[in-house]
Amino acid sequence: MIRSTFALPAILALLSLAGLVSALTGDGWRDFVSWAVLSMPLLATVWAVARRSSRKDQSK
Amino acid sequence: MKRSAVRAWYLVHKWTSLVCTLFLLMLCLTGLPLIFHDEIEGALGGPPPLAGPASSSTAPGLLPLDAMLGRALAERPGEVPLYMAFDNESPLLTVTTGPAPDAPESQMTLMLFDRTNGRLVAPPGEEGIMEFLLQLHTDLFLGLPGMLFLGAMGVLFVAALVSGVVLYAPFMRKLDFGTLRTGRSRRLKWLDWHNLLGITALAWMTVVGATGIINALATPLVDNWRNGALAEMTGLETGAAPLSPSRYGSLDKAMASARAALPGNDPQFIAFPGGSYSSGHHYAVFFQGDTPLTKRLLTPALIDAETGRLTDVRPMPLSMKALQLSQPLHFGDYGGLPLKLLWAALTLFTIVVLGSGVYLWLGRRHAPLSMRLAEVTSGGRIEPAPSPAE
Repeated sequence: MIRSTFALPAILALLSLAGLVSALTGDGWRDFVSWAVLSMPLLATVWAVARRSSRKDQSK
Repeated sequence: MKRSAVRAWYLVHKWTSLVCTLFLLMLCLTGLPLIFHDEIEGALGGPPPLAGPASSSTAPGLLPLDAMLGRALAERPGEVPLYMAFDNESPLLTVTTGPAPDAPESQMTLMLFDRTNGRLVAPPGEEGIMEFLLQLHTDLFLGLPGMLFLGAMGVLFVAALVSGVVLYAPFMRKLDFGTLRTGRSRRLKWLDWHNLLGITALAWMTVVGATGIINALATPLVDNWRNGALAEMTGLETGAAPLSPSRYGSLDKAMASARAALPGNDPQFIAFPGGSYSSGHHYAVFFQGDTPLTKRLLTPALIDAETGRLTDVRPMPLSMKALQLSQPLHFGDYGGLPLKLLWAALTLFTIVVLGSGVYLWLGRRHAPLSMRLAEVTSGGRIEPAPSPAE
């Protein structure tokens, strides 16, 4: 796992900002880019939840 | 980070969050349905979509603007026109009237017309649930003071985000990104959720918070534009007597002058003399570009309302551009339904962050500060003592 506290949050933040601007500058593929990268915070959360269940089993 | 620094940031985070949380929760809960404003109004039996040429165009088969205005004023005898707005997808056209050129928003009447046949599509003055939610979200029904107050809550929210990020550093020092400890105490579980959702949605929350602050300043920003850049364009002295509505000239002539000055652009709306978006003597026709970005960056053409001659065309100053771009970035209505759904999901993230924040504070508000700081710097491995009430 990346040890740096802010590496992943910074990547998520930059992607989100790119997504917010992308859909503003045009339609079509730019909308798709914005949907894809703005889904990252949700996917990161889903990933964290999935990881939590496997870890809990290990600790028992 | 030094202990004293953690202490200071902890107190900033605690107080900025506590003061704004209740209002932020209200803004999230009213904002959630507002994201789907169009969809909800459509489902509640709003006007059916009209087929035909865009009312903002010069396509044949569209009635003259003067005829449309005549129809609107016939519906509201004794009133004066305030705004006429166009549509790029359908022949729908809206006319806003009021008892006087500078009538406040509460006295305005909005009507929808079909520009191909002049028919009234939606009768005036229906205030639905969405209007109520929007008003609550914008100004708590308190007008300008309400807007500025919510803007101040937005400033506290952004300060809470910044201090939250700073505290994220000592808390997560020895933890992996995405750590969710759900098998131990309930407090630790919510602390991890608070951190995870807060950090993943951070950029979005900051953008929506910051654009909310700019939107809250709409009234002073527009006033400033009207008294500065616009007054300069008109060359009129401030306080010049406004033109009487009986002397307003042809709208079609004015629109033709404006179009000639900005070829290839289509109008978004006309502001009539005497309102916030025009001078006392001019029709201000606001033109928009054709990308989602330039559609928001309006360019006003000022036409002498009496003679129909063009007075000036100038791009908006930076402050107005910032305001115009803040609107889509706050409402999330510019990238289709998937973007709206993501907006809703991230609003839910925010609600969980706010709720868990209150829960964490309530649970240990009587614990000594040193214990609460130890909880932050140990990544939750040391928990503050429970409050006596528990």
